[in-house]
Amino acid sequence: MGRLFAVVVTLIALASATIFALHIWWLPPDISTHGARIDRQLNETMVVAGVLFVLGQLALAFFVWRFSTREGGPPRPSRAFPGGPTPLVVLATVLVGVEILVLTFVGSKVWADVYQTPPAPGALQIEVVGEQFAFYFRYAGADGKFGAMHPELMNDATQNFFGLDPANDTTARDDIVVGSLVIPVNQPVVLRLHAKDVNHSFYVPELRIQQDFVPGMVIPLHFTATKPGKYELVCTQLCGLGHYNMRAYVEVKTRPEFDQWLKERAAEL
Amino acid sequence: MAQGKGGRAVTHGAATGHAPAQSFLRRHVFSVDHKVIGRQYLDLALVAVVTGMVLSWIMRLHLGWPETPVPGLGKLAPTGAAGGVITPEFYLALMTMHGTIMVFFVLTTAPFAGFGNFFLPIHVGAEDMAFPRINMTSFWVTLAAFLVLVSAFFVGDGPPLSGWTAYAPLSAVGKDAGPGQGVGQTLWAVSIAMFCVAQLLGSLNFIATTLDLRTRGMSLARLPFATWAWFITSVIGLVAFAVLMPACILLILDRVAGTSFFIPAGLVISDRLQPHAGGSPLLWQHLFWFFGHPEVYIAILPGFGIVSQILPVFARKPLLGPRVFIVCLIAIAFLSYTVWGHHMFLSGMNPVSATLFSVPTLVITIPATIICLLWIGTLYGARLRFTTAALFALGFVSVFVSGGISGFFLAQPSTDIYLHGTYFVVAHFHFVMGVAAMFGIFAGTYFWFPKMFGRMMNETLGKWHFWLTFIGVYCVFMPMHYLGLAGNVRRYSAFTDDYLQPLIPLHRFITIAALFTGAVQLIFLFNLIRSRLRGPVAPANPWEATTLEWSTSSPPPHDNFGGHPPVVTHGPNEFGGVGPQDYVMQAEPR
Repeated sequence: MGRLFAVVVTLIALASATIFALHIWWLPPDISTHGARIDRQLNETMVVAGVLFVLGQLALAFFVWRFSTREGGPPRPSRAFPGGPTPLVVLATVLVGVEILVLTFVGSKVWADVYQTPPAPGALQIEVVGEQFAFYFRYAGADGKFGAMHPELMNDATQNFFGLDPANDTTARDDIVVGSLVIPVNQPVVLRLHAKDVNHSFYVPELRIQQDFVPGMVIPLHFTATKPGKYELVCTQLCGLGHYNMRAYVEVKTRPEFDQWLKERAAEL
Repeated sequence: MAQGKGGRAVTHGAATGHAPAQSFLRRHVFSVDHKVIGRQYLDLALVAVVTGMVLSWIMRLHLGWPETPVPGLGKLAPTGAAGGVITPEFYLALMTMHGTIMVFFVLTTAPFAGFGNFFLPIHVGAEDMAFPRINMTSFWVTLAAFLVLVSAFFVGDGPPLSGWTAYAPLSAVGKDAGPGQGVGQTLWAVSIAMFCVAQLLGSLNFIATTLDLRTRGMSLARLPFATWAWFITSVIGLVAFAVLMPACILLILDRVAGTSFFIPAGLVISDRLQPHAGGSPLLWQHLFWFFGHPEVYIAILPGFGIVSQILPVFARKPLLGPRVFIVCLIAIAFLSYTVWGHHMFLSGMNPVSATLFSVPTLVITIPATIICLLWIGTLYGARLRFTTAALFALGFVSVFVSGGISGFFLAQPSTDIYLHGTYFVVAHFHFVMGVAAMFGIFAGTYFWFPKMFGRMMNETLGKWHFWLTFIGVYCVFMPMHYLGLAGNVRRYSAFTDDYLQPLIPLHRFITIAALFTGAVQLIFLFNLIRSRLRGPVAPANPWEATTLEWSTSSPPPHDNFGGHPPVVTHGPNEFGGVGPQDYVMQAEPR
């Protein structure tokens, strides 16, 4: 029975680790300036955690194999672990302690670069509203200024997703509101996330970025996309029955394509 | 009156004792006997776990084959699953109820309240809990909380769907936020507030019993490991549930009394400007996770204790480093209150605090790693006996290591940016607090069943149950890590995004594995029922164990020790001698 346990645990550990190592299911290619460092941190964690996982399971399997009682075998006294618990305490503290220090020092810098640094000056400003169950995006238009948001004017039926008041607010008249996030490649972008009703989240796997929308808060989020293409933006914070269906596209365009797109939208106003 | 440790008077008979009740109701239903109450908790957990598991089956079927009707489901849930195909809101309701039932009414109720109630008083050599009537009250409040929760399935606007975390303002604003946000969500909050009251009473009782009712010679150092774990769990519970209860009361007030604790100004829901101002959605998250993370340890520490008690018995040698083990439990209990913000790295709280929450989260892996190494070190030089209880205890070590290691990814804000909100998280917490705690419960059941019911369980069925469950849980939860790495978002009732399409075959594999693993549990149920009725009669000490429950008859008499409170002369950990008896019982006369 002990040998069966050891074999099963070993097989489970090796099979699981192999599937991780072969990247059969893995992250999509990164398309952001900061993502490479997140990927490196994740890979380093994967190596360390993978080694600990396999070693832990194999140690369990080995000891169970080695010290199971054989039917009808001669009785033998049990033996204590050499050196008592102290070597294990030291091993765990040093091994895990060093790992924690390394991961924290490297990882905190990665985190800080994404979430604790201000966006580059001149970053493209885009306002975002998350609502049940859609995302909307707003560009400032020709005047470079966003019109004020008035919650009492927010209305899906009249498509006033940002609660703008163009009748009284001149800065709101040229604001461009669309249902896809269109951004130029290699251009720093700063989003300001507004939740209209409940919590939502902004998650684009390829961009290696995720951030909650929280009602009552305006949360800035900045990144730079490095590869043109069309990517999926999904909601990761439970927001109601249509949560699974809350999505938008992120379209990363070349600069001329983006300028052309913005001009066409402005002309539609 | 017997003399307690340090000459303190310990009452046997006067304060806590009660004559055996005569009427059927008093003996089996409204009993103040801790053994009856412990069994009632376990029976409740059994009903809850079957309910929670069936809910997860329906969810898994839907995720694998979203368009295929489930036969008969249309009749059971005519609105949520007309024609057998479940609606998105019904999926979320199943998920919410699954999580709530499992976390509160299974993982807290069975290993802590259930086994703890039955064995903690016996372990310390007492006749009963310190406050038997409060003990009975806490069970009946727990049962009422369960009934209130389940009743949410039958209310007009549907069961709640905000998840077991019930994030505000979705959970706070009421019907405007969509189906399930009416009476059902209020019932959820009422149920959890009641559950908190019950657990607070239970924790107080455990603490008082451990500290004050120990029999002569039962110093703290001689407490069995499971009782140490229940004691520390009670201390955690006392602080954690004392925070969740007011949080739930504030949520109820937001929902029914028009307050705005969690609802800020200017929310427009269903095109209606909400009449609230001044609240904070993050406040709910802080309060909830201040409870929620310690809750993980409330679910798992009793498992630590049970495994540490069982492994030496079947390894036939003492647990390695008993004092180190207890110091590690205490360290985990303290650290468990410093880590809650790791659930909120991306919540909009100050990003500087992410690093502050990350460090203790990583540090807590040190005592956890030490404990795992102590278990593995205990196996060195052992003479292992492979009973079903031993197999589940060894399986516990394996699944706990698997679940703990994935914590490294989620404890770091930088990697959490990508993995937060994905199936990687689902895999992590199911392994580390779901499956591991369940293995602790199974190990405890196979180990203590003879003592609780006076009959042995069937070992052949038990071993089939272990092997199929052990392989099954790895097939269910290991692939969820792969889904998470591929960016598969959790809490989706269907995967319609383009990038999720290639992952559906993996979801189908998980569904098949989950149905299989669930079906395997029928072996356990059958074994439980058959052994209770027809199992061979159990001797007093079938496993050759040392703690006090094995010094009394199986099952123990009404006052546990037949009017002769035991005198403890040894620690719980004395195994490994040579000769006909290789162990020393705690109450062995010197």
